[in-house]
Amino acid sequence: MKLLSKLTKNGYQNYIIVILFFAVFQILSSTGHISNSLKGQLVPIVVYVIMALSLNLVVGISGELSLGHAGFMSVGAFTGIIVSATLQNSIPNGSIRLVFAIVIGAVFAGVIGFLISVPVLRLNGDYLAIVTLAFGEIIKNLLNITYVGLDSKGLHLSTKDIASMNMKPDGITILNGPMGALGTVKISTFFSGIVLLLLVLIVIQNLVASRCGRAIMALRDNRIAGEACGLSATKYKMIAFVTSAAIAGSAGALYGLNYSTLVPKKFDFNTSILILVFVVLGGIGNMTGSIIAAALLTVLPEMLRTFRDYRMLVYAIVLILVMIVTNNEKARDALTGLLRRFRKKSVKEGTANE
Amino acid sequence: MSKREEVKLVNVPSPNFIPERDMGKPLVLEASHLGIDFGGLRAVDEFNIAIGATEICGLIGPNGAGKTTIFNLLTKVYEPTRGMILLDGKDTHNMKPAQVCEAGIARTFQNIRLFDKLTVEENVKIGMHNHIHYGTATGVFRLPKYWSEERRAHEYALELLNIFGMADLAGEQAGSLPYGAQRRLEIVRALATQPKLLLLDEPAAGMNPSETEDLMNNIRKIRDDFQIAIMLIEHDMKLVMGICESIVVLNFGKIIAKGTPSQIQNDPKVIEAYLGTRKEEQ
Repeated sequence: MKLLSKLTKNGYQNYIIVILFFAVFQILSSTGHISNSLKGQLVPIVVYVIMALSLNLVVGISGELSLGHAGFMSVGAFTGIIVSATLQNSIPNGSIRLVFAIVIGAVFAGVIGFLISVPVLRLNGDYLAIVTLAFGEIIKNLLNITYVGLDSKGLHLSTKDIASMNMKPDGITILNGPMGALGTVKISTFFSGIVLLLLVLIVIQNLVASRCGRAIMALRDNRIAGEACGLSATKYKMIAFVTSAAIAGSAGALYGLNYSTLVPKKFDFNTSILILVFVVLGGIGNMTGSIIAAALLTVLPEMLRTFRDYRMLVYAIVLILVMIVTNNEKARDALTGLLRRFRKKSVKEGTANE
Repeated sequence: MSKREEVKLVNVPSPNFIPERDMGKPLVLEASHLGIDFGGLRAVDEFNIAIGATEICGLIGPNGAGKTTIFNLLTKVYEPTRGMILLDGKDTHNMKPAQVCEAGIARTFQNIRLFDKLTVEENVKIGMHNHIHYGTATGVFRLPKYWSEERRAHEYALELLNIFGMADLAGEQAGSLPYGAQRRLEIVRALATQPKLLLLDEPAAGMNPSETEDLMNNIRKIRDDFQIAIMLIEHDMKLVMGICESIVVLNFGKIIAKGTPSQIQNDPKVIEAYLGTRKEEQ
């Protein structure tokens, strides 16, 4: 028991959960025990888990509500796609190319995060949330008019159409405005995703347990007292925001290189909210909760295929039930009471049958 | 052109005073003509004070006199409308609260402001924040400096907590502590910033007489051990008269009396502010 509390205090349980998750699915898929549709979900699961962790850094640890997280994800995704396409001839090895794509995607998203954080962090609470929402939409719309092409002379960029890029006839289009990325070579793997996830966990958990993380949480709990203790509120809120944006960018790069086509519209407000739902359901500030909630809720729609047309309706009901049960004491008592009665009844029936 | 003759300048008498033993040491705080307006309301006006290096100064006055406002001015929660604050000889004009803390003022709050969700030890470590020397990247990658600095911080935090005998509470969540312990933790956290001047806003509020007695001894002990100045707001007259070496009385945002405890106790203006004037018997 003492060992368990020591494990949870240092967040080691999260590494164990991730490694177990990887081991189980690796064994299941190599022995052919999981369906193809679930197999295709493995990378997205990892991506959404990383997204949830990254958003939890802003919402849970820094205490600011961000509604534009899909924007950072899309910056990472399309940067990663461009990097991978550009390096395709010089680095034929997919895994090495993926590392480059993820790192550069994270840096780009981090830079965008920094630029956005300058005006955003002057605000508080609801206002901050609404402005992040606006920036998320701005990023999406900018990507909607971005055309990127590659020919023997290098990268070409336009905001009008393919023709205005003036590419040579041998040029290929990487980003095609609202049509997004077409013909991406898929290089993301479940294994690379798990490695990235473990790295992200290390960064977030070590950050939270350091001098910097303490300052971020102190400013969340009481800004005035934090400043009276000599903490610069802007600096630490910015560190949390930019780190979170960079992590979202790395997840985005992994996501973008998992599909052959990807449209900017994928990263709209709904995606931002979906990630927020993972964080809220998992418990704000609770990293283990984020991992489990993101993983379960990403596969849930797949699992609910038996309900056919009512799939999303059932999904919504499940969300509401989980929210009520985890946050309402009375509901929790009622549910545990119900379970206990059910168990007693089945035990009774069991004895009666004998 | 003839060269101007050098003139020797001497100090003019100041309206302020400090304990004799602090003469010759730099003043920890000097505020002159300090004032702030909220809209049309003059909340504080013409506030002059000097505090010696190891002085314990009391700031008293009826409710709404502007005592906490003065603390907020000194720590730059509010920017003063008028006047000047010299902290250890440095002008604090345009400084932010965080910079004032680094310059040497630490404070506690009237309505306790702890970092509720963090542990007692973490609260103290946040006070030490600017004295723990490693960067964000060192923390993320857990380089050797992280371990050595964190160990040092841990030991110093426990040492500070031991002033109030709270070292065994180090792992508790700060928000779950009893009221008195929360007040004491705030003082420890303020001390952890290694201030030159400690501002205590009603440290004895809600404490029983024996707790107040302990607090008095501890405040004196802190002054002696750390050799810092302490300024406190307090309504408990036993505490104020017991430990303060100088007292400033404030009413309606203005100083109405300054002096030693015995001078203050006999000052007719102070008696009037606290008890009201006696109606002339007809």
